[in-house]
Amino acid sequence: MSDAPDAPKPELRTIVIDGQEIEVDPAMTLIQACEQAGIEIPRFCYHERLSIAGNCRMCLVEVVGGPPKPAASCAMQVRDLRGGRNGEPPEVKTNSPMVKKAREGVMEFLLINHPLDCPICDQGGECDLQDQAMAYGVDFSRYREPKRAVEDLDLGPLVETHMTRCISCTRCVRFITEVAGMPELGQTGRGEDAEITSYLGKTLDSNMQGNIIDLCPVGALVSKPYAFTARPWELTKTESIDVMDAMGASIRVDTKGREVMRILPRNHDGVNEEWISDKTRFVWDGLRRQRLDRPYIRENGRLRPASWPEALGAAAQAMQGRRVAGLVGDLANVEAAWSLKSLAEGLGGTAECRLDGAALPAGDRAGYVGTASIDDVSAARRILLIGTDPRAEAPVLNSRIRGAWLAGAEVSLIGRPVDLTYDYEHVGADRAALRRVLDAGGTEAMREEPSVVIVGQGALTGEDGAAVLAAARRIAAQTGSGLMVLHTAAGRVGAMDAGCTSEGGLAGALDGAETVYALGVDEIDIPPGPFVIYQGSHGDRGAHRADVILPGAAWTEEQALFVNTEGRPQLALRAGFPPGEAKENWAILRALSAESGRTLPWDSLAELRRNLVETVPFLAMVDQVPENAPPEDLPEPGSLGEGAFGTAIGDFYLTNPVARASELMAELSALAKARASGAAMAAE
Amino acid sequence: MSLAPDLRAAIEAAKHHHGGPRPAMLEALRMIQQDHGWVSDAHLEEAAALLGVTTAEMEDVATFYSLIFRRPVGEKVILLCDGASCWLNGGDAVRDAVMARLGIGFGETTADGKYTLVNICCVGGCDHAPAAVIGRDRKLVGPLTADDLEGLLGEDAR
Repeated sequence: MSDAPDAPKPELRTIVIDGQEIEVDPAMTLIQACEQAGIEIPRFCYHERLSIAGNCRMCLVEVVGGPPKPAASCAMQVRDLRGGRNGEPPEVKTNSPMVKKAREGVMEFLLINHPLDCPICDQGGECDLQDQAMAYGVDFSRYREPKRAVEDLDLGPLVETHMTRCISCTRCVRFITEVAGMPELGQTGRGEDAEITSYLGKTLDSNMQGNIIDLCPVGALVSKPYAFTARPWELTKTESIDVMDAMGASIRVDTKGREVMRILPRNHDGVNEEWISDKTRFVWDGLRRQRLDRPYIRENGRLRPASWPEALGAAAQAMQGRRVAGLVGDLANVEAAWSLKSLAEGLGGTAECRLDGAALPAGDRAGYVGTASIDDVSAARRILLIGTDPRAEAPVLNSRIRGAWLAGAEVSLIGRPVDLTYDYEHVGADRAALRRVLDAGGTEAMREEPSVVIVGQGALTGEDGAAVLAAARRIAAQTGSGLMVLHTAAGRVGAMDAGCTSEGGLAGALDGAETVYALGVDEIDIPPGPFVIYQGSHGDRGAHRADVILPGAAWTEEQALFVNTEGRPQLALRAGFPPGEAKENWAILRALSAESGRTLPWDSLAELRRNLVETVPFLAMVDQVPENAPPEDLPEPGSLGEGAFGTAIGDFYLTNPVARASELMAELSALAKARASGAAMAAE
Repeated sequence: MSLAPDLRAAIEAAKHHHGGPRPAMLEALRMIQQDHGWVSDAHLEEAAALLGVTTAEMEDVATFYSLIFRRPVGEKVILLCDGASCWLNGGDAVRDAVMARLGIGFGETTADGKYTLVNICCVGGCDHAPAAVIGRDRKLVGPLTADDLEGLLGEDAR
């Protein structure tokens, strides 16, 4: 773990805000100080996670002892304030007549060119301009001249633009440039001619672009797939956890009736801040297509619909007295994984979750999770990436690495050179480069400064996966760095925690297996031979190979525990019900266990969880990151193989059955391919 | 057509002289315009790459200033003043005469590509009103009269 030297405590300064005396850090801006005092300042352009622009002027306050004019509270620091002549603390007023007049004036200006087309605007009901016009504006305008109109931009299939509504806050420009690291947007022209444009009309190709929809305080940038489908007050909002990658981003699932209408990020300082990737945000149309809504049984080579008792009977019969291998897929939650392990092992079989063949050490949490938290990555000064492309494997983590880089951290990469949106030192593509770093004992800088080693699954899936992991752990130990094993499957760490591992990994589990119980197994081909029971939500690769299909809930349709790549257990709540006859995953396994005569010892999700945390106590530490102490004697790095490291993800947009069922993801994937081949042709 | 080596060197030098890539952006645009008359997409991209800023940022700066031309202009750009002093001294008649002589309006370029006419509010030449500024080295001419445009257009005045 990195030991950052304790930053010297800033000397606090006393200021008076609306008659209330408080002590604040002088580096704070006035808007932050007001927030600390519990006073809300209206704002459009200011955003905690972006640089300061100071161009909307909505946050004006009166400063006593400052210039005799309203001051933009987002752009003025506490240390800029002057006290009174007799040593009185400086004073900020947010409710004086001057402030009221200033806010009304700014609102009137902002509304001069705003079309006021709220009834046909998707932002209606969740619009900052609407809310603040109600709270701080006046109900008339003195402007009688024609309003300006602005041509809309084509930013691609995700972000729809209505640029006439734009109030030029430049939040979108700052996000795309600073956080996404793809400088594609800018503000051209001046005064009334100022417009947000993409240079030469290019479409956005960041995989985090959806966040500008949330950032836009008005209806200028809205979601294209969600356009005109719902109003915010009709939606039921459910807090959940994302499963599109292993970051476990906090999300909010908005439903209308049974349908998921959209997915939005929630703020989580330790994980995703307030960003999510486009796959997370726009995958919801995949929840409506290709769904398994009834059980099926294969007869004479064809799948026929069946009833639950029939299907459970067939499955139980296939498991009775045969060698069962329970495979836990990428999106499986901890409860389902635990149920399957308990059932399979109760029948004398095995359970296995390392389907990609990654050499994750069973039972050694410091080895399969690592020792670094996502916050450690942000705080690091040196980051070593091994066999990973974080931009594809976890875009939000990549933006946090980029944040560290912007703050001065240096990044090195061993693996395939890819565009990560920041500069890095490319140490080499192959195992020899790793060997060199290992033999050198890391670098001087890594030993001296807080550092993190991040190992991707692409580096661990080779023949020498165990040796690569051991080498990475050795480098981390030599340099006092934190280690992060970057997973790509949302369910993997949870399944490892639940102990879904067997001797010999996937090959060992399948060796001699007569029945394979595939819980959402869609990323690998199960070899011909064994009887396959598939439990999952979508008619994807796994269902095609199945002999019995048991339809299960997707992740928005059940309460479940997921453990993210840093080892943080998080609860996802149920936003809706599974379609047709599909059931919750733990309940299917519970029912099947009764059918097989080995009833699992729980009748409810609560009992299941109690049973689970008796064996794995840290899974009860919801939303905390348990410390993983590395063992005293680290495994020896054996002999590393030859050749370059691969990366874990082929196509970012199509990594799981939900994404593959989504038409939008298919379109995005095709666009990304076209761009890549275009770039390759241009390079020739 | 890429930028000439000495122009590239000058842009590099501006980066150091002005204390970084961002402060040098405007100077780079000015120098490109001095050499080429206007700033093309290709030149803008090349200068952005040279400075290490993004093309979007460069475009933001270029479009903010109305005297950085992002479209081709004539060989000589005439900035004809329509400020108060020039207007009081008969600027309207001069404007009409220039337009009639060249056959173009404001924002237009003559068919032979020789002149582009742009209106501007005050060139700081009130003592020469009605005044104009012409050419890449921004020569101030005036006082102009509707009958005598020779100071402005030279031989082309006739």
